Amino acid sequence: MSLTLPSYPQPDGRGRYGRFGGRYVPETLIPALDELEAAYQAAKADPAFLNELGRLFKEFVGRPSPLYLAQRLTDHAGGAKIYLKREDFNYTGAHKINNCLAQALLAVRMGKRRVIAETGAGQHGVASATAAALLGLDCVVYMGAEDIRRQALNVFRMRLLGAEVREVTSGTSTLKDATNEAIRDWVTNVRDTFYILGSVVGPHPYPAMVRDFQAVIGEEVKVQLQVVEGRSAPDAIVACVGGGSNAIGIFAPYAYLPEGERPRLIGTEAAGEGVESGRHAASMAGGRVGVLHGSMMYLLNDDEGQIVPPHSISAGLDYPGIGPEHCHYSETGVAEYVPVTDAQALEALQLLTRLEGIIPALESAHAVYHAVRLAQELGPEGVIVVNLSGRGDKDVAEVMRLLEMERDQDLLDKDVERVIEEVVA
Amino acid sequence: MTATLTRGAERIHAAFDRAKEEGRAAFMPFMTAGYPSAEEFPAVVDTLLAHADLLEVGIPYSDPLGDGPTVQRASEQALAGGTSTRRTLALVKDLRERHDTPIVVMTYVNPIYAVGPREFMRLCKDAGVDGLILPDLPPDQDLEIADLAAEHGLAVTFLIAPTSTPGRVRLVADACTGFLYAVSVTGVTGAREGSALGEVPAMLALAREHARVPVAVGFGVKDAATAHQVARVADGVVVGSAFINAVREGQDVGTLAASIAEGCRR
Ligand SMILES: Cc1ncc(COP(=O)(O)O)c(C=O)c1O
Repeated sequence: MSLTLPSYPQPDGRGRYGRFGGRYVPETLIPALDELEAAYQAAKADPAFLNELGRLFKEFVGRPSPLYLAQRLTDHAGGAKIYLKREDFNYTGAHKINNCLAQALLAVRMGKRRVIAETGAGQHGVASATAAALLGLDCVVYMGAEDIRRQALNVFRMRLLGAEVREVTSGTSTLKDATNEAIRDWVTNVRDTFYILGSVVGPHPYPAMVRDFQAVIGEEVKVQLQVVEGRSAPDAIVACVGGGSNAIGIFAPYAYLPEGERPRLIGTEAAGEGVESGRHAASMAGGRVGVLHGSMMYLLNDDEGQIVPPHSISAGLDYPGIGPEHCHYSETGVAEYVPVTDAQALEALQLLTRLEGIIPALESAHAVYHAVRLAQELGPEGVIVVNLSGRGDKDVAEVMRLLEMERDQDLLDKDVERVIEEVVA
Repeated sequence: MTATLTRGAERIHAAFDRAKEEGRAAFMPFMTAGYPSAEEFPAVVDTLLAHADLLEVGIPYSDPLGDGPTVQRASEQALAGGTSTRRTLALVKDLRERHDTPIVVMTYVNPIYAVGPREFMRLCKDAGVDGLILPDLPPDQDLEIADLAAEHGLAVTFLIAPTSTPGRVRLVADACTGFLYAVSVTGVTGAREGSALGEVPAMLALAREHARVPVAVGFGVKDAATAHQVARVADGVVVGSAFINAVREGQDVGTLAASIAEGCRR
């Protein structure tokens, strides 16, 4: 499979998407970012690099991933047709592998034998460890102590793949702190280390580069939808947003179309226990503009600029910021961002599992939930594509715990009712 | 440039000049505001100020990605004790009433944006701050912050690193109005084993070609010996993590400060 990496009008020459993005990092890293940008531009134009990446996408990842008409979900929703872009089919279980393989190939090209990565849910860590094993690179993955506990299986997979998983206990012991730690490692070992960043966040050129590597998702949808629907653009595309890489991957190939040809692009943010509750990871709905991990974006931070720890049922969305290109899409009306709660995601996960036999990742379940709503709004003429960013294997233990808790709560409520009845009688 | 020197820049340059006349590199201790607690911080800093030519005060921040574990833990402790941006500037204001030594505030950019750049500069001016050190703001990222600082009489300091290319050194040096901060190693803050000079000499030679302001070196200076290494080549010596470690371990901060100040003699 011959691959071309897209070129989009954003960011500008300074790595800005409107007022978002940029490079707010220690000076030590600036030359490394310049070097990365140059290496990426050269790789993008090099047939050898593109052929190798195309081959790995096909033979190692299993691309193209299917575009699947979810008929029973569509019937249930009672409106627009719902297609699922099956990134859950990818080897290692999520879209993350696209970006990791591409960055690891770039690392090899740049002569770096050591790669580092940060991970929350463990998906990006597993993908990085996999790419490192495939290409014979040393790999260190930073992961918060809290996430290590929640994602024991992925931790084991990384170790089995030969990666060193370093536990991070600073700050809140979650993804944002793992990212801080990875950046500190990079600052220290910048001359011989390649940082495989996991989403469309971080200093320029990361958001642009990760987008380009993930854009294969949207590019495939264009071709696949043309075959089944006779048009390359659906009416709406829905994708979950943590940092925002799977969403940008499916949005970007459509985002720069003229307004009349552009589908509605909708990102679902993790609203946790509700945006009002303060326990959420909805940076757009519940945050304000700030700087974290090298880039200006919507951010959960208090009125003195301290980062507010996010909360989501899904570790992969549990990030206090959102990629700068999404922030720009939001401000310019190119895309919409809607909050979806933990409970709604859990409901959607069960719905998709029962109706289609597909257990989605908790992250992706946020998108599924909104798609069902949107299908009703759009009506039977409409076509929706949902990015099913990953599969739910990693989440089943957590889901089991949550559902059992729910059931116990039901039983408890019934007990209370019974006691009340007895007392009243 | 010299024609438009701000009040803060003049005071900072004067402090470097005084040290130089006395045959020393300027000694600049750093302490995280509100560490070990808001109550104990003033006494710790009084001890440092007895030996300092300039003082660096850090605004505690939740995600200090240019700092190593020592400063990060100090920040966490200070934040847990309720010290944040406004409280830091109130602490500086109190210090200013008792001391005339120039004070520069080290801050990541997010606290500046959260308070609002103009309001932040106004608060700094009110508190008697002389300058700002901005570890995650390469000067070409935001041209407004330096202008606003100047408007409020404050000097700004940006950093160069051993990885900086000649072009970057020139750009950063040009943007500094207080002093130029040269990071001695590729890495984050923290006391470390071995020489603090690291890759300094070559970088410093380059920096001196371009800078019209004094050049200070920091990261990894921890005692009189390492301070002396640096003092021989730089105009100023910054020491942070070693003092935080001393406070944490209950050592006599005054003795350490006196010995490092002595090490700054050439
Ligand atoms: C399955 C899945 N979907 C989505 C995400 C969120 O990442 P992003 O917002 O970058 O797509 C993750 C991150 O771990 C994930 O594992």
